[in-house]
Amino acid sequence: MLTEEEKREIEKEIRKQEYPKAACVEVLRVLQAGRGWVSDEGIRDAAPLLGMTPEELDAVATFYPFIFRRPVGRHVIFICDAVSCWVMGYGNLLEHLERRLGITLGETTPDGRFTLLPISCLGACDCAPAVMIDRDLHGDLTPQKIDGLLERYE
Amino acid sequence: MERPLTQDIRPDRSPLDIDEYERAGGYGALRKMLGEMPPDRVQEEVKASNLRGRGGAGFPTGVKWSFVPMGVDAPRPKYIISNSDEMEPGAFKDRLLMEGNPHQLIEGLIIGAYAVQADHAYVFLRWAYHRSARSVEKAVAQAYARGYLGRNILGSGYSLEMRIHISAGRYICGEETALLNALEGKRGIPRSKPPFPQLSGLWGKPAIVNNAETLANLPHIIAKGAEWYRGLSRSPDGGTKIYGVSGRVKNPGLWELPMGVTMREILEERAGGMAEGYRLRGIIPGGASTDFLLPEHLDVKMDYDSVQKAGSRLGTGTMIILDDRTCPVGMVHNLMRFFARESCGWCTPCREGLPWLTEILAALETGRGREGDLDILEDHTRLLGPGHTFCALAPGAVEPLQSALRHFRSDFERHIREKKCPWR
Repeated sequence: MLTEEEKREIEKEIRKQEYPKAACVEVLRVLQAGRGWVSDEGIRDAAPLLGMTPEELDAVATFYPFIFRRPVGRHVIFICDAVSCWVMGYGNLLEHLERRLGITLGETTPDGRFTLLPISCLGACDCAPAVMIDRDLHGDLTPQKIDGLLERYE
Repeated sequence: MERPLTQDIRPDRSPLDIDEYERAGGYGALRKMLGEMPPDRVQEEVKASNLRGRGGAGFPTGVKWSFVPMGVDAPRPKYIISNSDEMEPGAFKDRLLMEGNPHQLIEGLIIGAYAVQADHAYVFLRWAYHRSARSVEKAVAQAYARGYLGRNILGSGYSLEMRIHISAGRYICGEETALLNALEGKRGIPRSKPPFPQLSGLWGKPAIVNNAETLANLPHIIAKGAEWYRGLSRSPDGGTKIYGVSGRVKNPGLWELPMGVTMREILEERAGGMAEGYRLRGIIPGGASTDFLLPEHLDVKMDYDSVQKAGSRLGTGTMIILDDRTCPVGMVHNLMRFFARESCGWCTPCREGLPWLTEILAALETGRGREGDLDILEDHTRLLGPGHTFCALAPGAVEPLQSALRHFRSDFERHIREKKCPWR
């Protein structure tokens, strides 16, 4: 069941568009904002508001890496694995993160604090290697620097 | 040296607000255009400026517009979209323009919209660019408040609505027909052409998709004229270009320079040359989907035709440097893994071919390479090349591979012979 607030938010997004379906990515984001991820139930409940079948909406949801169809941790670490970061030390950084967090790409720490995901070029090639934690971009990273950074995300 | 696109951008990139932008002459081009230039004059001026699309393909902007139906019988509404979905690996130039001077992009988008008499404009922005999104959102609201957007702009009778679409992160959405599908709320897969978007683009109506850097040029062309704009360049292509360098150089970054400066000037004078202890081995001149060039090409001018003549493409103009302590096979493997992951899966050669190439390159990197692997790689650079796939993703993906096989052949062979990556 959608909450009243979710319904309001969804309707607001739909009103901004020329066609309801055009709001579907924003609507998925509304669901994700409230729950951290997008469940089957969320897809099923939101689709009719957009004039879509749940299958159509899920086809969009599963197309995009930033629509999470599974639960994620409190913080998501997106590690850029594009070519400039790769040249500048992505490998060491990833190895360090995996060791320190005890997880590999696509996994969440047992305490639910961090999820580690790959991301395509963050457009921070002049300060490679880079990661984005939640919405914050961090560049020129070394294993030492990222240890300090992680402390900021409880 | 004039730097029209970046002269007002602050080093910390905190965005110019509308007052600052206006004080610097901002929205003057829009006023001038609405006052004295009918749409066909705007199109002519931009054609005469030799502005070519900065997203990578380099198509002349004014010519692109000229295919949009004009006049009272034209289908309505018409659309224009800023392709702000910068996701080409190694490209980080549109981010600078959107973060630092969002009104320049918005004014450019309004000028482009007017030139094709569009009714709606979209900024199609990638999700990961949060700072760009905040900056552009605020600027659009300010532009509405000052009457630069909405009904009857500055009393001219011309009306335009502008929206921001924040995508959720797929490289293919930068391809214009995939972008249009994504805007319509579908999976972002490319469409076959024809029909071309200029005739049937968004919801069956005419649509123009221009790159963000392309649009940012328009206020300057309109304010100062095509002749001035052509004069900024050291090549037949007009204007300045935002060039970039990343990799093992002393000072990676972005610089707005005359179109057609040489790679040497960008690499040595701007990026400060190679970092201590590293030697230059190769250059990918314009983002991940362009062919490798070699140190012998350093005096090639960075304009569309010159780079093409040298065997690559200007692409986004953001150079990625291969140094002597980085494995070229590993670098191509990284690129191919990216393209395999970002393939939308719609057409078979791309969906099946790119993962296979990635697997072969991974095998080479981990000492499992076999005789004949290089032939398979080579065959695929043709099988995934132009004409065999639905869109340009796979042909772009094999560009760095085909040139790496040519320029760094002995490195590939060593991986097979020594059954390991010599760089590990």
